[in-house]
Amino acid sequence: MKTTEEIFTILKNNFGDAMLELVTSQPVEHFIKVNPIEINKVCLFLRENEELLFDSLMNLSGVDDANGKKSADTDGTQIISGGTLSVFYHLESTKLHHKITLKVSTEREKPEVASVESTWRHADWHEREAYDLLGIIFLNHPDLRRILMPYDWEAGYPLRKDYKNPEFYLGMKVPY
Amino acid sequence: MSSLLDKQFNDENIVITKVDDLLNWARLSSLWQVSFGLACCAIEMMATSASHYDFDRFGVIPRPSPRQSDVIIISGTVTLKMATRIKRLYEQMPDPKYVISMGSCSNCGGPYWEHGYHVLKGVDRVIPVDVYVPGCPPRPEALLEGLLKLQEKIRNESLVKKS
Repeated sequence: MKTTEEIFTILKNNFGDAMLELVTSQPVEHFIKVNPIEINKVCLFLRENEELLFDSLMNLSGVDDANGKKSADTDGTQIISGGTLSVFYHLESTKLHHKITLKVSTEREKPEVASVESTWRHADWHEREAYDLLGIIFLNHPDLRRILMPYDWEAGYPLRKDYKNPEFYLGMKVPY
Repeated sequence: MSSLLDKQFNDENIVITKVDDLLNWARLSSLWQVSFGLACCAIEMMATSASHYDFDRFGVIPRPSPRQSDVIIISGTVTLKMATRIKRLYEQMPDPKYVISMGSCSNCGGPYWEHGYHVLKGVDRVIPVDVYVPGCPPRPEALLEGLLKLQEKIRNESLVKKS
């Protein structure tokens, strides 16, 4: 059983400082921030290393940080430009009984994160959900389609903070 | 041993009625429903079908195909993605066909009325509804009441067009 700090030390010895950062300042469990393009390598290491053996991805979820520049559209609604979208990974080792949380942040204008589908098979649908609702592109994902919204949904990504719902979808009125 | 059909009846076993009444009685007594559920309301609908409330005593039997059904019970949240499928199911049903909208979600969007970006705010935006059953979800007694209201509606139908 290892703490987040111990795991961070192991990762730092293998990957260097450049793409990792330990975050302890927030009033939640400590987590490790990782470069979004390198996350697949870090995850594969976390699964294969004999001291860590993270064989289970408990959850993968996307977040709109809404920390960009906020401005008003012509109709009074909000537009956000710049800032970040984030993805959180909650891992568990069922053999060694320890857990860890990882975070990657990617640019809102070009949200690209490396897929971990090849490391944990169940990341497939989780990443499709994050793509469907927040528009995060997972590089090297085998089947990146919408999973909940209709395939022909053209109004954008509903969980983004500046999302606007359309008036009509296939001739059906959407607002109340 | 002679059975019922071998017997000679004194009155020749004749019943006199109106065509309207006969057809309406036949229709309202065997409303076969599309075997179809959407959300938590579907759990109550299944409870209504089960032995405790026994939907079958009103002639309601779930059918696996819309082409063999008379009534569709919209039991749950109608998402925009599902709305197109519901319309197709309804169109596949033979006439005469009836719709019971069960629960707040399919009546008007329910708790999703404001922020439900994916929810159709009432199934009556895509298909015509005969009976609305309020509740979230409605108890089986409420669904039975809705069915009795639908039977009442069918009982008053007529083949003759009223001018």
